[in-house]
Amino acid sequence: MRALIAKLAAEVVLLFARAVTAVRATWHESGLPRRRSVYFANHSSHGDFVLIWTVLPPRLRRRVRPVAGADYWLKSKLNSFIGRDVFNAVLIQRDRDLREADPVETMAQALDEGSSLIFFPEGTRNQTEAQLLPFKSGLFHLATARPDVDLVPVWIANLNRVMPKGEFVPIPLICTVTFGAPMHLASGEAKEAFIERAHAALLALSPKQAGGSE
Amino acid sequence: MSATQYDMFLLVLGIFGVLLVASLVGYVLQRRLSPDGSNAAIENLNSRINAWWVMAILIAIAFVAGRIGVLILFAFCSFAALREFVTLTNTRRADHWALATAFFVVLPVQYFLLWTEDYGIFSIFIPVYAFLLMPIIAVMRGDTQHFLIRISEVQWALMICVFCASHVPALLTLHIPGYEGRNVLLIAFLVIVVQLSDVLQYVWGKLFGRTKIAPNLSPSKTVEGFVGGVASATLIGAGLWWITPFTPIQAGVMALVITLMGFFGGLVMSAIKRDRGVKDWGNLIEGHGGLIDRLDSVVFSAPIFFHLTRYWWSA
Repeated sequence: MRALIAKLAAEVVLLFARAVTAVRATWHESGLPRRRSVYFANHSSHGDFVLIWTVLPPRLRRRVRPVAGADYWLKSKLNSFIGRDVFNAVLIQRDRDLREADPVETMAQALDEGSSLIFFPEGTRNQTEAQLLPFKSGLFHLATARPDVDLVPVWIANLNRVMPKGEFVPIPLICTVTFGAPMHLASGEAKEAFIERAHAALLALSPKQAGGSE
Repeated sequence: MSATQYDMFLLVLGIFGVLLVASLVGYVLQRRLSPDGSNAAIENLNSRINAWWVMAILIAIAFVAGRIGVLILFAFCSFAALREFVTLTNTRRADHWALATAFFVVLPVQYFLLWTEDYGIFSIFIPVYAFLLMPIIAVMRGDTQHFLIRISEVQWALMICVFCASHVPALLTLHIPGYEGRNVLLIAFLVIVVQLSDVLQYVWGKLFGRTKIAPNLSPSKTVEGFVGGVASATLIGAGLWWITPFTPIQAGVMALVITLMGFFGGLVMSAIKRDRGVKDWGNLIEGHGGLIDRLDSVVFSAPIFFHLTRYWWSA
């Protein structure tokens, strides 16, 4: 029953996301992601992972799990239902002091089970004027733990204009989701170099925005 | 079958016939010139034709569903067009409530007013009430940066995507003596003539186009395409007089006026795209771009067609 409601809720979310954003994916020239991947994306809105989830073809969507902060997604029963049942999120504890498990270990385990992940390497929502915040080291540790997994940069454009911080009515605007070339940790690559390379690869996907002056 | 239904049936048959021919031509061209899908022009032609099938079928369904069907169809068109338009504007955080009002209050109210058929209010609701209330909502947030540009853009978006577009279904509210119950055919006349004009300009331009007509605005438009397309669409419009309250000559003049408005509307909307640095308004319709790319000419011709018809023919 719970699973059925979750499935229904997922369809409603899909329909809503499409109605508001008419979201369109631009795939990398190498085509649809074929292997297990970690999609790492810019993060400026609570709806970010929903858009990636929406544009993925159903067969990929079934196997993708967003990585999300346990503090937010376990806050209430509704949050927990949406996070766990609808989106099957991999919940990690962001607060070091409350950690029971190593977040990288938790994510690696999900990958080992055959899932792909949606991951926001900035670590938190970007509410600044900057296009992209500096990355936390999580992406590097994940790439070290599972070096064979494709790391796919994904740029989400315009969603921050749909629902700016503090607003609760979404404005319908067209959003795009751009997928870049899969990348891997080079052998012997240092943490700083890798993080910088990943940051640049993601930023390179950001379109020169036609609208919006913010 | 009533006379109106019979005419409608003939019209649908004719349109599907034309599309069938177009599909066949597209198929043959594809087999001959682009068997591996490598000829971009032919692939684009075929995706355009396929999109036409979908659009024709959607419009046909709306017509069968009657007044409510037509209103709902165009309300959705307005919504999708407004979404494309606002995406390209300089909105700021401070415009949030003004934009929410445009989408979720002004748009539905305009179509509701059309449903009530009260010309006195639906013809001024956006130019007067929305025009004055939207900047008031925006100014409440106290952000003055680019204020004039921002409020003008929102008003323009509403005028084009909601007000002008709603004049297509507004044709249903006209009372024309001797034409009772046939108003839906006026919509068919407007949409068929204007869209055919676009298609014919494209075809004439592809076949004979030499001289660019507006190289800065729309590099694909040519003098030959313009003249050939407008002339042939005008003739077709005259030939469709039997679905209108007009005589053949009047129908031809009307067709000429709306095809010219459609052509210049296309140029205006191109200029906006150029200004914003994009090629298409969106990608809702495969091969055509966004909805506004397809609707721009209809949007510009609809209010003029509505008012000319209302002034001279309506009781």
